[in-house]
Amino acid sequence: MSRYQCPECGFVYDEKTGDAYQGYPPGTRFADLPDDYNCPDCSVRDKPDFVKLDDVDAPASPR
Amino acid sequence: MTATIPAPAETPYRDRKRYAWLLSVIAPLGAPAGPFLYMQTGDTFWLWVFLVGFYLGTTALDLLFGEDLSNPPESEVPRLEADQYYRYITWAVVPVLWFGFLYNVIFLATHPELAWYHWLAVATVTGSMLGFGLNLGHELGHKKSWIDRKFALFTLSLGFYGHFAVEHNRGHHRHVATPEDPASSRMGENIYRFATRELPGGFFRAWDLESERMERLGKSDWSLDNEIIQGWLISVPLYAGLVAYYGSVMVPILLFIAFWGMFQLTSANYIEHYGLVRRKLANGRYEQCQPHHSWNSNHIASNLVVFHLQRHSDHHAHPTRAYQSLRDFPELPRLPVGYFGMFMAAYVPPLWFSLMNHRLVEAVGGDASRINFEPAKKARLMKRYGIRDVASPVANTTTRERAAVEQAAEGA
Repeated sequence: MSRYQCPECGFVYDEKTGDAYQGYPPGTRFADLPDDYNCPDCSVRDKPDFVKLDDVDAPASPR
Repeated sequence: MTATIPAPAETPYRDRKRYAWLLSVIAPLGAPAGPFLYMQTGDTFWLWVFLVGFYLGTTALDLLFGEDLSNPPESEVPRLEADQYYRYITWAVVPVLWFGFLYNVIFLATHPELAWYHWLAVATVTGSMLGFGLNLGHELGHKKSWIDRKFALFTLSLGFYGHFAVEHNRGHHRHVATPEDPASSRMGENIYRFATRELPGGFFRAWDLESERMERLGKSDWSLDNEIIQGWLISVPLYAGLVAYYGSVMVPILLFIAFWGMFQLTSANYIEHYGLVRRKLANGRYEQCQPHHSWNSNHIASNLVVFHLQRHSDHHAHPTRAYQSLRDFPELPRLPVGYFGMFMAAYVPPLWFSLMNHRLVEAVGGDASRINFEPAKKARLMKRYGIRDVASPVANTTTRERAAVEQAAEGA
């Protein structure tokens, strides 16, 4: 289970918890989200833009 | 002998606009103030003065006070955004709007003696007040907390526009400045034609987005979890209750006011991205939304009554930034005055085109690939304004690169 972060607003998609509001149950893999998934908080970054948190040093968002 | 002058102690940053934002709370009170003063004095002058004040008065103040180019230092932004004062004053507008709306519709329903033109003035100023409400719903609808978002829904429902938060955040922001976006206007498209695309297009996009979400949740489109239904659950009892109590006289009042309110939002959408377009990259995606994909206005008078909505370039590039920390950037497409003046210009299409088409061409360096054209008028517009098919390369700027540009802007 991994976490993926929007590089614009800092929203984190956590595979462990999913996203109940958007209808993604706990355990939903990031890879299994729809291809047209985009950030539910800022809407200006899409699925390919998300950064796997393990791969970044600092999760702070560069707004 | 020379004296050493001690360096002045560093002055902590002070937001000069902190208390001026209260104007955004007070301004909508102009709508009920007219009927109130008319009832005190019997003078119909009061039914008109705030309507004229909203549009002509604010525009005159824009021309008088000009632009405010200042930005808060980036180091202060976390503190500004954590300061609950800015949040509470947005909440304070909600009861102002509900009071103003109810006061004015009841005034119109109980004053049948009013001449039709006085009726029209009061109905119009009330619809304009709903425009302030849509602006507030916009600011609150971008917030992440439950209470801000419910205040947004409660406010938007006053004008029967509860679907706006869904449409704006998940529809317009995602597709802004593309030919596919019904809420981004095209060069050569007048506001009335735009309205026929934007009003239904925005609603159905919102419905489709909620329908998809309900499907993922395994619920019916008509579930109470559908935020559009939640809005209707406020609007329908409100409107039906007013009609039931005051009778059919209330029907044209509510219809006109709700229409003028939503048309104010249509007007804002019309002017905010007129003709600007994000280009497609080789991978088929659109370039990321950048500050130059929105028209900006730094006019201080109008910005102070609309919670900085007119600093629209930063808002679209960074939608979760709060109103008090929105910035100006150099070399943005700039509106000649604030929204109130630009709305009036938009309502007279030849005036709008004469004001804006050459500004648009200058803003994009005469490059056709950076213009969102009304398709049927493209060839004519290119010839008339000397627009070229230069196909300049698209820079797919990364967030880090943009942050560098924006830091430079901060220092400017």
